Formats: sequence, structure tokens, C-alpha cells
Amino acid sequence: MTGEEQVLERIERARRRKARVREDLVTLAHGAGGKATRTLVEAVFLESFANPLLAPLGDGAVADGLAFTTDSFVVTPLFFPGGDIGDLAVNGTVNDLAMCGANPSYLSAAFILEEGFPMDDLRRITASMAAAARAAGVPIATGDTKVVQKGKADGCYITTAGVGTVDPSIQLRASAARPGDAVIVSGPIGEHGVTVMLARGELDIEAEVTSDTAPLAGLTACLLDACGPGAVRCLRDPTRGGVATVLNEIAGASETAVVLEEDAIPVRAAVRGACELLGIDPMYVACEGRMIAVVEPGAAPAALAALRAHPLGAGAAVIGRVAEDPPGLVLLRTGFGGTRIVDVLVGDPLPRIC
Amino acid sequence: MRYVDEYRDAAKARALAARIAALCEPGRAYKFMEVCGGHTHTIYKHGLEDHLPAAVTLVHGPGCPVCVIPMGRVDDAIHIAEQPDVIMTTFGDMMRVPGGRGSFLDATARGADIRMVYSPLDALKIARENPGKRVVFLAIGFETTAPSTAMTVLRARAEGIENFSVFCNHVTILPAIKAILDSPDLRLDGFIGPGHVSTVIGCLPYGFIARDYGKPLVVAGFEPLDVLQAVYQNLIQLSEGRSEVENQYARVVPWEGNLKALAVIDEVMELRPTFEWRGLGFISESALRVRERYAAFDAEELFRIPGGRVADPQACQCGEVLKGVLKPWECKVFGTACTPETPIGTCMVSSEGACAAYYNFGRFSRDRVREATGT
Repeated sequence: MTGEEQVLERIERARRRKARVREDLVTLAHGAGGKATRTLVEAVFLESFANPLLAPLGDGAVADGLAFTTDSFVVTPLFFPGGDIGDLAVNGTVNDLAMCGANPSYLSAAFILEEGFPMDDLRRITASMAAAARAAGVPIATGDTKVVQKGKADGCYITTAGVGTVDPSIQLRASAARPGDAVIVSGPIGEHGVTVMLARGELDIEAEVTSDTAPLAGLTACLLDACGPGAVRCLRDPTRGGVATVLNEIAGASETAVVLEEDAIPVRAAVRGACELLGIDPMYVACEGRMIAVVEPGAAPAALAALRAHPLGAGAAVIGRVAEDPPGLVLLRTGFGGTRIVDVLVGDPLPRIC
Repeated sequence: MRYVDEYRDAAKARALAARIAALCEPGRAYKFMEVCGGHTHTIYKHGLEDHLPAAVTLVHGPGCPVCVIPMGRVDDAIHIAEQPDVIMTTFGDMMRVPGGRGSFLDATARGADIRMVYSPLDALKIARENPGKRVVFLAIGFETTAPSTAMTVLRARAEGIENFSVFCNHVTILPAIKAILDSPDLRLDGFIGPGHVSTVIGCLPYGFIARDYGKPLVVAGFEPLDVLQAVYQNLIQLSEGRSEVENQYARVVPWEGNLKALAVIDEVMELRPTFEWRGLGFISESALRVRERYAAFDAEELFRIPGGRVADPQACQCGEVLKGVLKPWECKVFGTACTPETPIGTCMVSSEGACAAYYNFGRFSRDRVREATGT
């Protein structure tokens, strides 16, 4: 083994060590969905709440034929092209259930409102929540409201939770990926994240992009029907942290490598252009209406056909496959003809200087 | 995407790689330094080294603006940020750089108002919108970003904005290259010259490298084919026994530079007698400060700056990495104690830092991957 390979082995060992929070205070990096978030979740929450349902850190917990999940929404701005915090809050939780292979049954919604928040905005948000819930065929069955002093919150925060039923023959787990499996994305990536970044108006960049926020339970049902039980190894929605983060979780949990073809990854020109200008990689930008499916090799054509037949999966593509070695890594074959790693980011994807 | 995809064409890369391989003399090893961190980023992001023959090694240079900021200056900036009524503004890359008392992100968590901006003009806008606050722009970067800082100072004066100042940490690239050429522990065959810096300073100032040190330098763009072509042009010069300054990036870089930008820098800033570079130590006339006639916009005049020196952590070998003496993975703490999550040295923070680029993009055994994926 060369000196470099010995160092690489040492690094892999270091990466497998138990997560430890070194900071005395919570920083924004802890909420950005990258390594710092993972460390916080493992070292603080998992440490305190340790139980077998929580341990796999999936999109939701599954037990006794039920899937259960929750998600909070703190997006700025509250309204953006293609959606708002309301449909995001409904779709986000519906999608977390869908990624468990569940058929969503009920949602809850809890609101934290800042004193002085315009009532018209609240009505607008609840109207879009109602529309999203109708579209997903799931009622918002219970809820809660708190109002805090002006300055103690940023307008409106929403937390939704959801329950759904899961057919016992469906067992989706990130750890189930096997060498040879196909990695499929259901459509072009990065649209939600770029839309919100541009909607903040701080960048003086204009582009024709809209959020992809959409409920995916119908799409996952089509996929699972088409492939049959067992052929779909796992489903994940690449929200915060993007496709790169989700694929790293899959590679890590299943002790496999994920090998991607850069040219096969669908990215709309406007998203790609905005990302090029900002020096960020669309692989790390959030989607709110896309999913990653890992399916066994023989099922890939059926999976792709099923996804493409559905309006929310029309842009589906096989973007890579699962390999044996090196375990835990996501590799990208670049369009330029090279190979590189796609790692998890530490915090927010910060634009480069020059 | 037009003007991007053409420069990332795999077939063209393979053709160029074959010509590069043909130029290498048997038994000879070549080391070229890419001075600029932007090039380092490109090399790793596109897996460019896969196209190079084993005889050609790219050595990563000191041109990463965040990497060369010494810890003491980070502490000074945090000190300013913690003064009453101050809004500190800076580029995103600076947010995670560790000082002696943590990073900007840590200072923000303690209550300091530190905001990420994309341009110094954004900082000026914040000053305009917050007349009761003192807005400081932490200026970093080489000649690439210095003109926009200088322009912003000029605009602040023209608009009569009195609550805006600059904490100037701009550095200049030539003294750093000279320091590397004078360093006894490195043998280089040629340079890939910094493209963005050269849009401002042009190609003439590199003349001494070719003339006095006998090394070729090819100013290059930031797409992977640009960098590959710069390697090719370096090899042609060597094979013909030449050492000259060449401009591969002529589509952007004028030979004489941007005279207006240079004039703006000269109007607002002057060379410091000396400045500390992280890992490289003090280098004379290697950095810029705000001229006295613009003292009203100079944070170093407006605030009491502690100015303490903080020694780099002993284990950190950023200096050797910045000089190209060590490859990132050869540093003792690389990837174990020092990671992008908990960086000890600056090279692990910025995406242009050699250590972060290698850790994030190149941390795998190429032989093992070739074997596993059958390529």
C-alpha cells in the first residue's frame, strides 16, 4: 500500500468514529443539512433519544404497518416562484412518508407566528396548505398555534407531522443498496434551492426557475407497483443538502460505493447557469419534489418507464449505479473524463470569492 | 451551456492529453505549480489529473485568498465585529476560517452581527440602510478583488456615506511567487499563472520569473481544458528550451492588464512595508492598506485593533502545503485532526484551499477505483 493509501485508510477510520459536537454554541452550520447537522443529530439527539426506530435516521420511522414523520419549515422568503411555506410544509411531510413507501393518511400542522404577522399572508399560506393537502389526498387533522413577541421569530414557522400506512411487503432502507443497483433521480435537480436563493433578492441574478415543490406519494406508489416488492431498495427525497448528501447517506448505510455519471444528471440550464455564476454545485442544492430511487439492476427499465409515465417523473433518469468499492464513497465520473469524490458539505454551500 | 461546455469537452481533453504525454521526455519528471486556488479547485472538481501522465505532477500554490490570512488578522476582525453597533461584512469563504478564538460563525453565535455579502457594494448598501450602525467590510483577496474594494471606497466618499469602512487584507501575488522561487526546498519546472489576477495586472509583471529564474509561466483560464492547455504550453517551452510568459487566457486577460483597475487600486491603496502570510511568514511589500487620504474609510484607523500575532497550531503544515513542498495528504494532521468540519489550518477551509480540494474531491485511491469499476 502506498503512503497515500495508508493516509486514506486512516481518514476513513477517523470518519467512522463516533460523532462529537465540539462547539459550545449552536451555529448556522448545524442547520444546513451537511456534516455539522449530522454530527448534531447523532451526538445530541440520537444520544438522548436512542431507540431502534430512530437509529436508522431515515425520512420517517416505520413500525406495525405505520409510518410516522415530522418536519419544520422556516423558509425565507415565505412566498417564492412555484410555491410558498404552506405547500412546502404539506409536501415535505407527505414526501417523507412517501419515501418510507407509505400511503399518507393524516397530517398535523403547528404554527409559530410572530406578533404583527399580516393576517392576509397567513390566509394565503393556509389556502395553499389546504390545496396541497387536497392534491395529496390527505387531511390536516389536527394542529396547534403559538404567537411570540415581535422579533422573537421570523414571521411564520410551520411544523407538520404525518402518519401513513405501509404495506408490510415494502421494506425500504438506505442500508439495502447492493452493488449493481441502479440509481435513479425522478427529475431535474436543484430547482427549489436556486429559486429560494434568487427570490431573496440579494444576488441581483434573475432566472426563469420555479420551485419543484410537489407531493410524491402518487409517484412512489406507481414506482413500487411497477417494480414489485423488494426490487426497490430505497427511496429518499433530496431536500436540504441535495442529491449529494442523500447519496452519501445511502453509500454510508449500505457500505457500498455510488458511482455517478455527471453527464447523466438532469439539471435545467437556468439552474446550472445560476449555480455556475455563484460557484455552487447543484448536487448540493435542495429539491422539494424529486426523489432518488435505488432499484435492483433488472428492475431499472421498468422503474424508469413507470416514473416517466407520471407527470412528476417525466424527467427521470438513471444517474449512476451502486458499486462494491470503495465503501461509503460517492464517486462522480466528470463530463471532462475524470473522476472525483462527491462528499457531504460541512455547512451551507458558500459561494466562492474569485 | 455555451462558453462552458466547450471548455469541458472530454474528447478534446483526451486528444490534448495524448500530446502532453508525447512531449514528456522518458525518465524525466515534471512539476508545475498552479499558483491560483481557483485552478486547484478546477483540477480537482473535474478530475483533471486523470488526463495527465504519471510524469507530470501539479503542485498547488499559495493563491488562495482565504488560506493566506494569518490567525491574528481573523482575531482582529472578530474583535472589530464585537464592538458596539458594528455590522461586519465579508465573503462567505471567510465565515469558517478559524482564528485564535474561533471563527466568524462562532462569533455570530455569540451575538456578533456578521453578514455574508457577494460584493463590497452589498456592504455599502447595508451601510446606507443602517445609518446608526458602523459597517465594516473585511476585504480579502489578491489583485482580483482589490479594485472592487477600492471602487467601493470611492463610491462611499462620493455619496458621503460616513458609516462605512474597510478592514483591508488585500495581498499581492508576485512577492508570494518570488518567495516560493527563493525557497530552497522546491524544484519547479514551470507555472500555471493566475487568470483572474492577470485580468488586472496583465502578463508583464511575471517577466522576472522567465528572465531571472528561467521558468516558463502560462497564464491560464479556469475551465479544465484551459488548465490542461497551460500544462501543454509549459511542456512545449521546456522541450524547445524556452522560458517565457505566455497568455493562454487571452479571451479575458489583456497583456497589459486593466489599467483603469490598477489606477483605482493605486488611488485608494498603497503597499504595506510588510505583511504576515499564513504559513509563509512576513513578506515585505506583499499587501495593501488604505491610503491616508482615505483614512475615514480605514477600519484600522477607526477602531483600536489588537494586532496580536497568533502562532499557527504546531501540528498544522499549511505553510508547507501553500509553498507546494508538501502534498495535502502528507501533512501530519490531514483528514484526521484537520477536516473541513473542524479545520486546523486555512487550507482546509476555503474550497480553493489545496487541502479542502483534495479532501472533498480527491480523497480516494485512483488505482483502487480503476480496479473496482473496471476502467
